[in-house]
Amino acid sequence: MPKTLAEKVYDAHVVRSAEGEPDLLYIDLHLVHEVTSPQAFDGLRAAGRTVRRPDLTMATEDHNVPTLDILAPIADPVSRAQVEALRRNTAEFGIRLAPMGDRDQGIVHVIGPQLGLTQPGMTIVCGDSHTSTHGAFGALAFGIGTSEVEHVLATQTLPQYKPKQMAVTVDGELPPGVSAKDVILAVIAQIGTGGGQGYVIEYRGSAIEKLSMEARMTICNMSIEAGAKAGLIAPDQTTFDFLKGRPHAPRGADWDAAVAHWSTLRTDEDAVFDAEVHLDATALTPFVTWGTNPGQGLPIDARVPDPAEFADEGDRRAAEQALEYMGLTPGTPLREIEVDTVFLGSCTNGRIEDLRVAAELLRGKRIDADTRMLVVPGSVAVKAQAETEGLDRVFTEAGAEWRGAGCSMCLGMNPDQLKPGERSASTSNRNFQGRQGKGGRTHLVSPAVAAATALTGRLTAPADLIGA
Amino acid sequence: MDAFTTHTGTAAPLRRTNVDTDQIIPAEYLKRIIRTGFEDGLFVAWRTNEPDFVLNRPEYANASILVAGPDFGTGSSREHANWALLDGGFRVVISPRFADIFRNNSTKAGLLTVVLPEADVEALWNAIEADPALPVTVDLQAEQVTYGSTTVPFQIDPYTRWRLLEGLDDVGLTERHLDDIEAFEANRPAWKPKALPAV
Ligand code: SF4
Repeated sequence: MPKTLAEKVYDAHVVRSAEGEPDLLYIDLHLVHEVTSPQAFDGLRAAGRTVRRPDLTMATEDHNVPTLDILAPIADPVSRAQVEALRRNTAEFGIRLAPMGDRDQGIVHVIGPQLGLTQPGMTIVCGDSHTSTHGAFGALAFGIGTSEVEHVLATQTLPQYKPKQMAVTVDGELPPGVSAKDVILAVIAQIGTGGGQGYVIEYRGSAIEKLSMEARMTICNMSIEAGAKAGLIAPDQTTFDFLKGRPHAPRGADWDAAVAHWSTLRTDEDAVFDAEVHLDATALTPFVTWGTNPGQGLPIDARVPDPAEFADEGDRRAAEQALEYMGLTPGTPLREIEVDTVFLGSCTNGRIEDLRVAAELLRGKRIDADTRMLVVPGSVAVKAQAETEGLDRVFTEAGAEWRGAGCSMCLGMNPDQLKPGERSASTSNRNFQGRQGKGGRTHLVSPAVAAATALTGRLTAPADLIGA
Repeated sequence: MDAFTTHTGTAAPLRRTNVDTDQIIPAEYLKRIIRTGFEDGLFVAWRTNEPDFVLNRPEYANASILVAGPDFGTGSSREHANWALLDGGFRVVISPRFADIFRNNSTKAGLLTVVLPEADVEALWNAIEADPALPVTVDLQAEQVTYGSTTVPFQIDPYTRWRLLEGLDDVGLTERHLDDIEAFEANRPAWKPKALPAV
């Protein structure tokens, strides 16, 4: 029977299936961070269980970590206790940890690919919804809750039902200044935050094939924002080139065997998807969100919508609540929205390519005097690479702050937070109420729009800067 | 996990769509390393900033069934959201559509999620707004929700239903299949990556 890529990966990991029961799926890689793991380790201890495969498990500190004074102990005692719990747990159970200060530390979804631990055809889980990021390599990667973290630690498997299959096909050439972030925001606006519920999305089409690995990760990262279980992209030469030579990538004869296998990981010609969505890349423009969920987004040329124009009552109420929270008036051109803070970073857009795009726009310029810009690399390695390329100086000379690696203002568990009423243009993935700090207002944007916005203090497309 | 068979209580109408887990419990409450006591974070922003938020109203203060709009539990995978709802006294959430991870977490934590069509949710909202003291019964055995003279059937996959009815622990169930796991591991390709030793 013809299969989709996701079905091939799924089927290859079924340990056991029985009528009327979920399948038992083997997990190739389990990534762990400090926030969603302490209760799972406690559960293991309480039941007298061990970690079945410490060698297939990797932990890092990312959500709580400060981005200033990173070598000092964490000032917030509760954050510090959580990080210390992870250190104790990983030591006790023999799990590798990349702690603060380590060359491998960073956002969990940045370090997996960077180390070459994320490879095509794998099953990857983490107690974190953006695990879908790793799907960019043709892996089946999804977020799980803490009880499931405990289950994977104990058994290296998870009970699962085979998800439905959705194809999102993006054809054509992306216009200049339009990036992967704009593609995925447009997809979510089109299918809605529940549109992918129950599905694994395969992104395909000529526009996707042309994307770099970084850009593919941006797209797969936000699959969860459309409600999907996972998102993935068939591995190809771009994937293999990215992986070759990375610390945990196969070598020698192993590399050849792996590539031979990876090359079979494509959806069969006559495989059937349960749902299909098409997007014309040539028609896309920079996208920004105006509301409080990632589906509430529009091209930057648009105006703040009028809730009265929504046909569905639930959508209308949601829009009213969103505009009230966001402090926006219907009919305002999106370009006139002024921001206080620009955040460049996160597992969506905190990789080297994202920093390069933003730095290019900022080079030799100064950001708006009333705007603060935080640049937070996704990992220590991204930070080091950026510094080698001199990007840190471009940012600081433009007036932006150059910080240490971590999740930072994506969710404000560390001191990097918006104040009540403050408005940000953020390259992260969630514009939920209070996500970046109590009362904070978030507009999701691409790295290019973030940089352009930092220069003007208003939501700005990179193309607007030409001749300005 | 506590077994779930049937539950009767009063219900609170949460007339909102896309209630993400950041609203159910914000990130600052996630720094704790224990599994209980999250009720102080439950919907804390709405409880603090909106005086007539439904759970601030005395008539709904003791509700144990939450009735929400579509796409409940979207966003972050934090199981703390499920714990906070349980700690806050809820045993059941009813919505036309749940985010996958939230729903999955619920079955592990012993919180029952019930999917009802939007029209049935609307009817239930109207009924519990008209009479906040109206007892609502959610019967997992019979797969139905009953209030007043109304009975609405719901569906749940039989395996999850069985696990909830018995209060079974997933890890224990999986450990019965250790042989299968070992057999699978024996056949994994040697080039699959390992995190240890560090390279
Ligand atoms: S950067 Fe944001 S979305 Fe990504 S893992 Fe960290 S907190 Fe989660």
